Amino acid sequence: MITLNHINKTYEGKRHSVTAVDDVSLSVDEGEIYGIIGYSGAGKSTLIRMLNGLEQPTTGDVLINGENLNHLSRKELRERRQKIGMIFQHFNLLWSRTVKENILLPLEIANVPQGERDSKAEELIGLVGLKGREDAYPSQLSGGQKQRVGIARALANDPEVLLCDEATSSLDPQTTEDVLDLLVDINRRLNLTIVVITHEMNVIRKICKRVAVMEAGNIIEEGDVVDIFKNPQNQATKRFIRQDTDPDSENTDDIFEKLIQEFPNGQLLHLRFHGGSTQSPIISKISRDYEVDINIIQGNIQSTQETLLGSLYVQILGDKENIKQAIDEFKRMNVETEEVNNVDAD
Amino acid sequence: MLTQISIGQSIISQYFEFSEVNWERVYEASLETIYMTFVSVIAVFFLGIILGLILFETGEKNNLFSKIIHQVVAFFVNIFRSIPFIILIVLLIPFTKELVGSMTGPTAGLPALILASAPFYGRLVETGFREIDRGVIEAAESMGANKAEIILKVLIPESLPSIIAGITTTTISLVGYTAMAGVIGAGGLGNLAYLEGFQRSQPTVTLVATILILILVFIIQTIGDLLVNRIDKR
Repeated sequence: MITLNHINKTYEGKRHSVTAVDDVSLSVDEGEIYGIIGYSGAGKSTLIRMLNGLEQPTTGDVLINGENLNHLSRKELRERRQKIGMIFQHFNLLWSRTVKENILLPLEIANVPQGERDSKAEELIGLVGLKGREDAYPSQLSGGQKQRVGIARALANDPEVLLCDEATSSLDPQTTEDVLDLLVDINRRLNLTIVVITHEMNVIRKICKRVAVMEAGNIIEEGDVVDIFKNPQNQATKRFIRQDTDPDSENTDDIFEKLIQEFPNGQLLHLRFHGGSTQSPIISKISRDYEVDINIIQGNIQSTQETLLGSLYVQILGDKENIKQAIDEFKRMNVETEEVNNVDAD
Repeated sequence: MLTQISIGQSIISQYFEFSEVNWERVYEASLETIYMTFVSVIAVFFLGIILGLILFETGEKNNLFSKIIHQVVAFFVNIFRSIPFIILIVLLIPFTKELVGSMTGPTAGLPALILASAPFYGRLVETGFREIDRGVIEAAESMGANKAEIILKVLIPESLPSIIAGITTTTISLVGYTAMAGVIGAGGLGNLAYLEGFQRSQPTVTLVATILILILVFIIQTIGDLLVNRIDKR
């Protein structure tokens, strides 16, 4: 559906040039929700703007449905954009138009006949759950409602792709949840391809099938969301995951430090469970079988679109040999096991 | 002390010699002022929006052509904003003669009025466009809008309160300019106040002209404020 081939983007400054995107290649399948995560300045905003031609790559090709955006004339590009919806962090609604008039705007631009426009707008208002608020102005809506208008507006011309530029970053957690549910619902109902950029790992975990992690213009890690959560390779990726699984990570670090001092013989472990192993009593079984004590420090369980993911920080105390065997047993039982020996490692 | 009071009274009473006032002349002069203001406001409104658009559209671009256009337009706008109005009228006399065929009468006042106010209003319109969130324009671009659609459906509606508030301010300063133009011979209340009030020493006429101009300004301000309040849904 979407293919990026060796994309580079350099901004020429007066003194020196800045590389925003550095040789990025990726592909997004039809009907999937694809996530790009990175801190601000990682180049993800520039990248997503290339998918509808708001930015042109310095070198490289952007193909949407086999069509190279860089080869289109201005007019062709404008027509192409009607089939690529986009929603924004700050919603970018027109304050001078009501909810319904905002949704009508893309239909007016696409020269949809008057009668059709009206019924399409009504239908979309129903789809995003804003019935009864048609004639409200954006200033009278909450953040979540504004983003719903943004989504309805982006879907007006039945796009093939929906681009989400930090779409939940200015919403509170509950509203974020609602908007993400709506996106998943739309994705399933319309088989719409969605590309999400964000700096929040929970957004990726909740709705994406695959994810690319960006840092300094590069994709440093890419793959299925479940695999990335189970076995992150990169420091930045680990940080993103930990921000999601353990928001109080500084607190956990303090506890680690104390435990390492108090029990130099113990071993700290970070266990990652997934699928079936999240629901079986592995800890108590290993504790019994290998005669070790297991002290649970921090843990949680979270769901992705495909499976459940568990994360557990534990300390094992006991005989050195027994500890070693217990760790091997964790690994045999398909639990990703990482030994934590100093606090900064994770 | 008594003489002082009587002098004070005689000063004040000079302003209330209503027998001096030729009400028919006052009526005519009011119509001339309204005519000059109205016609020039309409021209200034359209010219100002066009100037504002040119300044806004060329101000953000990085290519050489846009930069040159921007510099040239900005240069003329600044020049005409800087020339004191009374000098501008005198400066334009040959031009006005050629264009209107006369250098007196309300129509002869129009070229100077328009030329002095359009650049000022153009700057106000440009500022209004600049206040629009860049993201809203980007959203319209992402929908596939062309330049004309962005101007008509986004830029102008989204900056309409500034556009209206700006034309209100401009109209009020235009009323002031018509009075100055009147002194040079363009007619209107300024002309009345100067010729009949000052040169014939009839302060009452000047007072009447002043009050009428104040009423005109209050009406314009009120209409402007009402319109802005009505359309602003932010």
